[in-house]
Amino acid sequence: MENTTPVVQARGIVKRYGHVTAIDHSDFELRAGEVLAVIGDNGAGKSSIVKAICGATIPDAGEILIEGKPVRFNSPIEARDMGIEIVYQNLALSPALSIADNMFTGREIRKQGWMGKYLRMLDKPAMEQFARDKLTELGLMTVQSIKQPVETLSGGQRQGVAVARAAAFATKFIIMDEPTAALGVKESRKVLELIQDVRARGIPIILISHNMPHVFEVADRIHIHRLGKRLCTIDPKDYTMSDAVAFMTGAKEPPAQDAA
Amino acid sequence: MSDPTTPAKKGQDFEHDLDQSDTNVAAFNVTHHTMLERVQHVLHNNPTLVPVIVLLLSLIAFGLIAGGKFFSAFNLSLILQQVSIIGILAAAQSLIIITAGIDLSVAAIMVLMSVVMGNLAVFSGVPTVISIVIGLLGGVGAGLMNGWFITRIKLPPFITTLGTWSIFYALLLWLSGAQSIRGQDIDVAAPFLKFFGASFSVGGARITLSALLMIVVFVVLWYMLNKTAWGRHVYAIGDDKEAADLSGIRTDRTLLSVYGLAGFICALAGWASIGRVGSISPQSFYEGNLDSITAVVIGGISLFGGRGSIMGALFGALIVGVFRSGLRLSGVDVLWQVFAIGWLIIIAVAIDQWIRRVSA
Repeated sequence: MENTTPVVQARGIVKRYGHVTAIDHSDFELRAGEVLAVIGDNGAGKSSIVKAICGATIPDAGEILIEGKPVRFNSPIEARDMGIEIVYQNLALSPALSIADNMFTGREIRKQGWMGKYLRMLDKPAMEQFARDKLTELGLMTVQSIKQPVETLSGGQRQGVAVARAAAFATKFIIMDEPTAALGVKESRKVLELIQDVRARGIPIILISHNMPHVFEVADRIHIHRLGKRLCTIDPKDYTMSDAVAFMTGAKEPPAQDAA
Repeated sequence: MSDPTTPAKKGQDFEHDLDQSDTNVAAFNVTHHTMLERVQHVLHNNPTLVPVIVLLLSLIAFGLIAGGKFFSAFNLSLILQQVSIIGILAAAQSLIIITAGIDLSVAAIMVLMSVVMGNLAVFSGVPTVISIVIGLLGGVGAGLMNGWFITRIKLPPFITTLGTWSIFYALLLWLSGAQSIRGQDIDVAAPFLKFFGASFSVGGARITLSALLMIVVFVVLWYMLNKTAWGRHVYAIGDDKEAADLSGIRTDRTLLSVYGLAGFICALAGWASIGRVGSISPQSFYEGNLDSITAVVIGGISLFGGRGSIMGALFGALIVGVFRSGLRLSGVDVLWQVFAIGWLIIIAVAIDQWIRRVSA
């Protein structure tokens, strides 16, 4: 690891909605090149803390450092401009548009020269080539055509397009929200392989999931969220799934935290 | 922490046996499709094909029934002339419907702006060109007003434009005093208002500038919708607004631009209508809102948004024109023309529903 500064370091994040404290002085850390799973019971606030990191909610207090530099995002778009990509649970794809169109939504490439400058013409061949390359890199080019509408794809293929889009543009890290929740067993396997492929390219991933087997399979560390804050982070090699569930629900005391 | 390049360790590997299973996740099933399914698929990929086929079939049918009278260059160019104003309105309507909206006020904006142009140029002595520019800007303003209610106050487009339809209609009655501006007065004071009524002949066909304007409007919009990022965003918003938001599209700004542009096109139709009709009548085009929706729907643009080509609306407008002309030349009573258009709408929407059910 050439870089020991954590990719994301958040300290004392607080978010209140009226009398409800969604995030209660929580810390968060994502290290370079890792898959960090975030687990927690429903309502523990695991989505809230991740949303605070990517700018989807603005925390009331606390500080967030990205690669050591303090940041303050007002929207996920600002985070995206910094190279932080999010794969939403509902994927955020436009079903009637093509795969290539979907990969470039909101960051289309225009043609060089006056056609692009004055007529604002899109460079479709370049975008299609890029989309094809990215999907091929991730072993997803079993689709018939890059121009085919996303709605003609299976659930796993759509997830693949969403992951490929994130992987293509992420330079800092990727957040994935329940990427396997809507998929069958075989399609889930494919997505887990994708997660490992992306990690192998050195892009760290924050994985929010309820699925313990999937979490234990791909995560390097597990961030356990409970009652609005980080309870502990564990190494999945040292604990069992039942341990994790016990920490998560409060049935068992967490291990004494080592430095992190 | 683990080295990212090593293959993932397996935590508790109870899905281990899956390694032997078929890993071919994302392949297509090579099943045999019936003829009908194939047709459905082709139409799904090319939504404009339906109106094109209907247009060709109706041309052939009326050519056989009504004979040479129908198929003359003169009659065909007359159809083009007759649909030009509704066609331009349908172009504006298509933009809105592609965003999954609807605009009931298009014809009201059009007539209101023609009254504004006429009042300024004929009665107030404002130079004609300036009157026209004010009218066109007024169209943009009226469209932005719709867009503002829809994006800022979050009102449904149907309700918003139902309201503004009445508002604009009342304004145009007030401004015009419910009186037409006579063609002779326009000729004396501001003949340039009738610019789009001018025509030229090509081999028996009389092409008016308003028909050319319609075609230019469609070609420009087709380019904008298909070749620019803005156009892709318009489709994405109609498809799934939330997803478009999350993908980083500034959806409200784009929607506002769509309504503003639609208003501009309506005002342009208003200018063209002065030449087409020859006078400015506050009572004209009262059913223009619904006629424009008819053309869009027959053109295969989905009322649910995100689907269909703007060119479909042009073909839809032409189909309505061909039916009207063909039935009239065949000696059919006007009421049966209306009857036929009604069935066209229902069949068009039924076909749209069927196409949208296409299975992957």
